[in-house]
Amino acid sequence: MDLMEKNLELIEVQKLEGHTDRVWNAAWNPVSPILASCSGDNSVRIWEQSSLSRSWSCKTVLEETHTRTVRSCSWSPSGKLLATASFDGTTAIWEDLGDEFECISTLEGHENEVKSVSWNASGSYLATCSRDKSVWIWEVLGGNEYDCASVLNGHTQDVKMVLWHPTLDVLFSCSYDNTIKVWWSEDDDGDYQCVQTLDESSNGHSSTVWAISFNAAGDKMVTCSDDLTLKIWSADISMMHSGEGYAPWTHLCTLSGYHDRTIFSTHWSSDDIIASGAGDDAIGLFVDSKQHDSVNGPSYNLLLKKEKSHEMDINSVQWSPSKESRLLASASDDGMVKIWQLETIP
Amino acid sequence: MVSGLINENPTVYERKERRVRTDSTNTDEFSVEPIDQLEIFDILFFDFAIVNIHHIRDIRDPEHPYSLEQLKVLTEDSVEVDDLKSYVRVTFTPTVEHCSMATIIGLSVRVKLMRSLPPRYKIDIRVAPGSHATEAALNKQLNDKERVAAALENPNLVEMVDECLSPSFE
Repeated sequence: MDLMEKNLELIEVQKLEGHTDRVWNAAWNPVSPILASCSGDNSVRIWEQSSLSRSWSCKTVLEETHTRTVRSCSWSPSGKLLATASFDGTTAIWEDLGDEFECISTLEGHENEVKSVSWNASGSYLATCSRDKSVWIWEVLGGNEYDCASVLNGHTQDVKMVLWHPTLDVLFSCSYDNTIKVWWSEDDDGDYQCVQTLDESSNGHSSTVWAISFNAAGDKMVTCSDDLTLKIWSADISMMHSGEGYAPWTHLCTLSGYHDRTIFSTHWSSDDIIASGAGDDAIGLFVDSKQHDSVNGPSYNLLLKKEKSHEMDINSVQWSPSKESRLLASASDDGMVKIWQLETIP
Repeated sequence: MVSGLINENPTVYERKERRVRTDSTNTDEFSVEPIDQLEIFDILFFDFAIVNIHHIRDIRDPEHPYSLEQLKVLTEDSVEVDDLKSYVRVTFTPTVEHCSMATIIGLSVRVKLMRSLPPRYKIDIRVAPGSHATEAALNKQLNDKERVAAALENPNLVEMVDECLSPSFE
């Protein structure tokens, strides 16, 4: 199925209103039709899709916990827990009890604003990062207990996002210092070290890197930056799966000229469409051109660019894990969360 | 006695006459008027009266109660605006190359514009090229939206910014 040959359009399915300040992040629950969004209004909203009407409504608001902006949220792989990272320096863990959510734990330790939180593939580890330049790894113990397993120093500036690899216990972080760092525990003893730094000399970004996303297989990743580009990277991870040691990431290609303001977010769908959200209020969608040039390697083409998708900067774009339809959530400075569907138009 | 001012003897310039806008033909209150350079300059100056450098450093002795205009930190040429593209860039010149007030000035300019312009506006703030020792670092910080948002949740910083933006006594 060649997407480039179809007449595709990003149709707005629904606009979710409720937040009273900018929305920084939106996250789809991996198992149920639930979406979490977090905001500068210090709250997290849980939106649920009605099985009858198919429309989304706000099921619950998680407030009175974080005392400052909630910057990002992330569901555990089981879908039962939600981690929320806040400028108040804490990361809260919430459990979905059906009728309501209960804050079962608060992770403290960062010296200032926490920017991002990520669960590893098995849900046994959490990672957080902060303006304090550090990345923390937390072990998930039983009985709602979380223990700090590691404090990783290396970035020289504010760390914007952390993300665990989709299949391996390898951690990635990106920063205001313009680099992406890869952290790995070779002996699997919980002693994580920085095994690679992707900087300008590795064909990396020339300004703040805001986000990272992996393809489903985990052998490619996309990063986006204040330098107005998206970069695609690849690694021979089969090498890592077979225990042959660390497989380094190398630059594959750079997508430039598509956004003229900072690109804040990017997400790689399970069916290989890369979405980008930027300060130019536009959403970009990119696909592999499938024209493998033996000299230049793979290249990516713009599938479509949705201008004025919001009235202000887009902070987050996330594809739904649902296999039924190509749904995309976007969160913006305009206080809205929007749900879009990528459809073929006749 | 060491006074501790960053810039003890700032050059003070004449304040420009406030230009009277002659758009009297437009009486429709709902019509959308394009925003131009002069309007943004006015936004920045009309109430952006006093930068009390002493006060910001916690010394309560208003020795330099001059405006950014009088210190030529901002001039009409500081403002580049494109209303159709909803874009504005303000370039300011700190009076001294190592001015540590530059962050507060930049932040205050941004806040003033955010409060005065329609939400569709994209705002870039920078120091005049060659005017500050850590120009690149300063510009990067002033234009990192997340850092600005976090800074504006800091009550002490907000107080300083509000102090810069408080109306002048005239």
